Amino acid sequence: MNKILVGLVFGLILGAIDGATAWFTPEVRPAIAGIMVGSSIKGMIVGLFSGWFARRVHSTTWGIVLGAALGLLFAFLVALMQHDHYLAIMLPGFVVGAIIGFLTQRMGVQEPAKV
Amino acid sequence: MELNDAVLDHLRRVAALPDLTGTRYELESEIGRGGMGVVYAARDRQLDRRVALKVVDSALAGEARLIARLEHPGIVPIYETGTLPDGRVFYAMKLVAGARLDHYMAGAPSLGERLRVLRRIGEALSFAHARGVIHRDLKPQNVMVGGFGEIYVMDWGVEAVAGTPAFRGPDAHLDRLSDIYSLGAMLQFMLADSAPRALLAIAAKAMREDPAARYPDAPAFLADIERFQEGLGVEAWSEPIWHRLRRFTSRNAVLLWLLAAYAGVKFLLFFLKIL
Repeated sequence: MNKILVGLVFGLILGAIDGATAWFTPEVRPAIAGIMVGSSIKGMIVGLFSGWFARRVHSTTWGIVLGAALGLLFAFLVALMQHDHYLAIMLPGFVVGAIIGFLTQRMGVQEPAKV
Repeated sequence: MELNDAVLDHLRRVAALPDLTGTRYELESEIGRGGMGVVYAARDRQLDRRVALKVVDSALAGEARLIARLEHPGIVPIYETGTLPDGRVFYAMKLVAGARLDHYMAGAPSLGERLRVLRRIGEALSFAHARGVIHRDLKPQNVMVGGFGEIYVMDWGVEAVAGTPAFRGPDAHLDRLSDIYSLGAMLQFMLADSAPRALLAIAAKAMREDPAARYPDAPAFLADIERFQEGLGVEAWSEPIWHRLRRFTSRNAVLLWLLAAYAGVKFLLFFLKIL
């Protein structure tokens, strides 16, 4: 599995799990399906960029930094659309991004550089 | 003139010196004596470079040529073989500048460096075994660590050599598995008492009294060393569950910290909402 695919798969799974935790917040529970889908798409976008980055730069530290930054950025955009729940969306998004960044560095096949 | 012991010793030494007439080499000094013969430092007049010249009994000519065919980065390259006027055989090889492994170990290299050296030795051994050559006398004194960190396994054995007790197994007949025993003894020699259990277990497996219970070949031994270095479980040791758990956590520490951070964030947000 190449690193972009790793990013997409883990982004989807972790995004869905992160979205599913909204179940613990009763006021947003009715919209959980939409939250899960949105969170999965957000995770996949972070995974896509992290996977692309991991193909070029082989550094766990920088993978985590980039993943966290992307997670924070996209979570901020989502929160901006909600006009609410900034902390509840951005803080977990930041950590999920870091996890995706880590996984794309550690897993998947490093493709040989083109000559 | 009175011939005392010192004079006789000197005469014996001079008489034993190889006669290099007709060769391109000029004798400099004796640098070592092994099971196979004597090694001298010599100068190659034609190429103006120093070489190591090993002089062995004529009976060993065939096996010396066999060893000369081993071309591997971990085996000292042989430049030329020839016969001296007295019938003895010599071969000229690269004069390695560096330290013998036992001296190198006195500098207390890191565990990672020790394992790197051991793996290079194992690779050379594996290469030779694949070509039907066994060492028979693998020990730290027969390994040189060069100035650039290169490793050379020397003194490849012949039938006449019976190994060195501390590094030789109980086998009556020396074969590839005897070399595996010596490789295990080398690992044990290179490890401190506080070495990881997994590595001590690898050495112990390689040094089993029953050859059939040892690693079947050098690549299997090296694979276990590699597994240890990658933080995986080794074949030689069925580790207790708590050890397996500790290895898992140390191998996945970053991921576990990130997951813990995520759980922490979620709990924090949950309790902030309640408050």
